Amino acid sequence: MTALWSYGFLQRALVAGLFIGAACALLGVFLVLKKDAMMGHGLAHITFAAVALALALNVLPLPMALLVAGAAAIGLSWLKDRAGLYGDTAIGIFSSAGLAVGVFLATLSNKFNVSLLHYLFGEILAIEPLEVWLAAGLAGLVGMTVLVRYRSLMYMTFDTESARASGIRTRRLDLLLSVLAAVTVVLGTKVVGILLVSGLMVIPAAAGLQLARSFRQALWLSVSVSLISVMAGILAAFLFDWPASATIVLLAFLLFGLSLVLKRVRGA
Amino acid sequence: MIKNKLPALVSLQGVSFAFGDRPVLESISFDIASRDFLAVLGPNGSGKTTLLKIILNLLKPQQGGVLIRGQFVEEFEDWGRIGYIPQKATHVDPYFPASVAEAVSMALSPRAGGGSGQKLPGRQEVSRALRLVGMEDFQDRLIGRLSGGQQQRVFIARALVNRPYLLLLDEPTTGVDAETQEHFYDMLGRFNKEEGITIVLVTHDIGVVDNHVTRVACLNQHLTYHGSHREFCRSEAFREMIAGGRHLVAHRH
Repeated sequence: MTALWSYGFLQRALVAGLFIGAACALLGVFLVLKKDAMMGHGLAHITFAAVALALALNVLPLPMALLVAGAAAIGLSWLKDRAGLYGDTAIGIFSSAGLAVGVFLATLSNKFNVSLLHYLFGEILAIEPLEVWLAAGLAGLVGMTVLVRYRSLMYMTFDTESARASGIRTRRLDLLLSVLAAVTVVLGTKVVGILLVSGLMVIPAAAGLQLARSFRQALWLSVSVSLISVMAGILAAFLFDWPASATIVLLAFLLFGLSLVLKRVRGA
Repeated sequence: MIKNKLPALVSLQGVSFAFGDRPVLESISFDIASRDFLAVLGPNGSGKTTLLKIILNLLKPQQGGVLIRGQFVEEFEDWGRIGYIPQKATHVDPYFPASVAEAVSMALSPRAGGGSGQKLPGRQEVSRALRLVGMEDFQDRLIGRLSGGQQQRVFIARALVNRPYLLLLDEPTTGVDAETQEHFYDMLGRFNKEEGITIVLVTHDIGVVDNHVTRVACLNQHLTYHGSHREFCRSEAFREMIAGGRHLVAHRH
C-alpha cells in the first residue's frame, strides 16, 4: 500500500479528486434542494461544446471551457430570472444546444478523437500539477463561500422570497452559485468526465439528504460520501485496472443505496 | 400648543401596479403608524399580496412609491428589522433538512442587535424567538416533520428573531385548523400590545379583525376603506363584504 503513494500521478489524482469531490458535494446540496439538480448535467454539455471548440481552434481546452461554461451559467441565471423560464427548462435548452454544438464542431473539424474522448470519460490518472492547484483553489473558494455566506445561502435555498424580503441579494447569490457550479463542472470533467460529472454533484448530495437531521449535517454527509467515493474509486481503478470515472460514480451510487437502507432501518 | 405629528412608519403614496395590461392596484395612498395592527382585507385578486410585496420592495410599482421610516424602499436598508411571513409559509418541503433552530437562525441579521442596541449572540436570539412562540423544546426537530400549526409558529419565530418593529403577514393561517388560528391571532395580538410591534396582516378572514386589529384597509384594486376597526364595523365596506361574500370568511365573533 505504501508503494502506491510513491506514484506521483496517483498522488495528484487523489489530491485533485478529493478537492473536486468536496466542491461538487457542497454545491450539490444547494442545487438539489433548489431543484436545480440537473444544472451540472447542462453545464457538462456546455463544457463538451467548449472543448470541441477549443480542439477545433487548436487552443487549450481548459481556459476555453471555463470561459464558455461561466458565460453559460450567467445566461442560465438570466433566463430563469428575466425570461420567466422554469429552471429545468432553461437547463434543458442549454444542455441540448451545448451537446448539439459540440457534436457539430467535433464532426466538422474532424476532432472526434482520443482527446475529446478523454474529456467525455475523464482522465484523472493523467492529471497535471497545475490542475491540482486549480482544484485546490476551487475547493477553497467554494468552501469559503459556503462558510462566509452560510446563513444567506441556506435561507435562499429554503425560501427565496423571504430571503429577498430580508435584504439578501438572492439574484447575486444565485449567480455566484451558478458560476461556482460551472467552474466545478469544468474541473470535474477531468476527474469523472463530461458524461458523469453531474453524478458527482447530485448523488452524494442525495445520499447526504437521506440521513441528515440538520442542514449542517447534510453538507458534511454529502462531502463524506463524495470523498469516500473518489478515494476508493481512484484506488480501485488503479489496483484493478477499472475505469476511474465509472468506479467513482458507481461507488457514490452504492453509498446512496446504503443511505436509503440506513434511513429505512432508522425509521423502523 | 402645536402637536408634533410623528412620521408614519410606512407611507404608501399613490401606488399603482399592473401585471402587463391588467391593473392590480390603482392610486393607493395611506399611512401605517407605529404600533398599528392593520388588517388588509379584500376578495381574491384584489391586490392584497401585491401591496405587501410592494411594501417589501419585491415588486416595483409603475406609479407612486412607498416610504418606510421616511425612506423610499429602494434606498431603505434596515430589512433585517422587518419580519415577513409569506403566504406559502405553511407549505414547507417535507424533505428539507433544516432543524427548527436552523430555520430560525437563517434569518439572523448580522446587523440586528438587542433592544439595547448591542449585538447578542445568535443562538441566544434564536432561543428567545422560539420561546416567544412556545417552540423552544423543538429546536432540534426537522422543520418538515412538524404540523402546519407548529411550522407557522417557527416562521413567526423566524420573523421575530431580529427583534422587528414591523411584521408583515400574508394569509398566514391558510390550511390551519380553527383552534390553531385562534391561538395564532392571540399571539399576534400579544406581540402588538406587549412588544409594540406594528403588524400588517393580509387576510380573507374578516372574523379576525374583531379581536385584535386596530385599523382596517379594504382593497379591491382601489382602496375602498381605510380607518379604525370600530368605524369599519359600521361602514358600508363592511356591509358590502358580508353581503357580497366575496370569498371572505365571517366568524362567530
